Amino acid sequence: MKILVAVKRVVDHNVRIRVRPDLSGVETENVRMSMNPFDKHAVEAAVQLAEAGKADEIVIVSIGPKQANDVILTALAMGAHRGILVESAEKLETLAIAKLLKAVTDEEKPDLILLGKQAVDDDSNHVGQMLAGLLDWPQATFASEIKAGDGALEVTREVDFGRATVSVPLPAIVTADLRLNTPRNAALPMVMKARQKPLAVRPLADFGVDVAPRLAIEKVSPPAERPGGRKAGDVGELAGIIAAEIKELEAL
Amino acid sequence: MATLVLADHDLGQLSPATARIVAAAAQLGAPVDVLVAGAGVDAVASGAAAIEGVAKVRVAQSPALATLSPEALTTLLLTLAPQYDAIVAGSAAVGRDAIPRLAAKLDLMPVTDIVAVHGPGRFDRPIYAGNAIETVASSQAKNVLTIRAAAFRPAGQGGPAPIEAIDASDVSALARFVAAHRTESDVPDLATAQIVVGGGVSVGSAEGFKLIEKLAHQLGAAVGATRAAVDAGYAPNDWQVGQTGKIIAPDLYIAIGISGALQHLAGIQGAKKIIAINTDPEAPLVKIADVALIGDLFTIVPALIADLEKQGIRP
Repeated sequence: MKILVAVKRVVDHNVRIRVRPDLSGVETENVRMSMNPFDKHAVEAAVQLAEAGKADEIVIVSIGPKQANDVILTALAMGAHRGILVESAEKLETLAIAKLLKAVTDEEKPDLILLGKQAVDDDSNHVGQMLAGLLDWPQATFASEIKAGDGALEVTREVDFGRATVSVPLPAIVTADLRLNTPRNAALPMVMKARQKPLAVRPLADFGVDVAPRLAIEKVSPPAERPGGRKAGDVGELAGIIAAEIKELEAL
Repeated sequence: MATLVLADHDLGQLSPATARIVAAAAQLGAPVDVLVAGAGVDAVASGAAAIEGVAKVRVAQSPALATLSPEALTTLLLTLAPQYDAIVAGSAAVGRDAIPRLAAKLDLMPVTDIVAVHGPGRFDRPIYAGNAIETVASSQAKNVLTIRAAAFRPAGQGGPAPIEAIDASDVSALARFVAAHRTESDVPDLATAQIVVGGGVSVGSAEGFKLIEKLAHQLGAAVGATRAAVDAGYAPNDWQVGQTGKIIAPDLYIAIGISGALQHLAGIQGAKKIIAINTDPEAPLVKIADVALIGDLFTIVPALIADLEKQGIRP
């Protein structure tokens, strides 16, 4: 089985983000960047399938600026075999990303595409589902367990009522949720080795995909501040506050 | 033209989120039809017909829709799309799964997790776990949207709107449904509950969570948990509140032993009143709470349950 994993370079999830004073967006200059956490789970899942003898090649693709090479290298150090960077200086919408990934899929012909379920910058949760639609492939989103079978995967998904297990025939798309696995930290020798692995840099124009934005972002604002309240002295006082609140709700 | 809302349901019952999604969809300014897709969903359809402002309920029933398969739902929605200029779903698991797939098939850019509607093509949506709000304008011929139900007041009772059956014989699922693992509980729906009691990793064990559940039961509240508590195995995954779990907007949120990681705070920003019980007065959640009681939850919560009972608050 050949696996394609799509990864995104985002503001590190531990960074406290700041909205630009002119409301034009979130400050990303001189901010620590790293691989989207959900994508790390997707890479780990691919590497585990390879280690179990279920996959023979893992190709990593990222779409972004030159610096996105860093997150591809991280994935290569985790155990993926080669990387492709589709270089784009502009921030692209998820529809454009899905179309570019379809173009890469048409070239690479993987049996399985793994992605994180969402990126923690725009929180869209679109690309896996869109790519599945463009390819007419089955999708298993929000995966917390993947079992490889013969020509199919059994995937357990996190849904509103608990969990649901589906069997998806290959080729298929799976998006990773956080409980899928624990991503490994690559040891230094692996990081050194990753630099020797093939990494192709391809200009956006290579793919002939229309990436013009469909939406206009008018502004990005900070959320409303929530002023702190007061401290209750003891349990009795807190019980009184809760009881009053409940009586008020019942009166509505 | 009109707006089509995909009803949120679990085959047996209409989710209370649907009335909120209808209310948000009505703000687009066009008549609202509701699509109920599934199998054995007659009760869901009559529930949807009783929502104020619904022009018509359309019911599509087929075995392929019984598992709410995203491929089957997308195929069905594609056949209906030419009749509508907006297709709207809730941003719960089914909407999140199907709507982007539909949008790509229609060559449209979806707008998802909408928390405010400013007109037919202008919306607010949170980004960076709710640490910023993006205002976007769409001038696309059609809009494909998901709504954060918790951010909208529900539409009232009305109707009954007419119910019509539509043909869904040619939709099929690409995946085979194997099994559902349903978390059994009789507590209210987390995403739309008026009161939520949440527990964090300090609750210490699944056994400790029984205490949280006991207080919730007494208050008629839903139970929530942090990602850390779910990861530790203290609570099931569908109780998780936060950026990657459920988004809640109760009138009252009681947060017990929750320090307030960014991704948890992202899920509770719509709460009207927050009460925190925590040992740490510097915890981020204590700082944004309307009322906080500092101390050990294992001492406070049993005393609180006893005290509330004395005041006549019983399950």
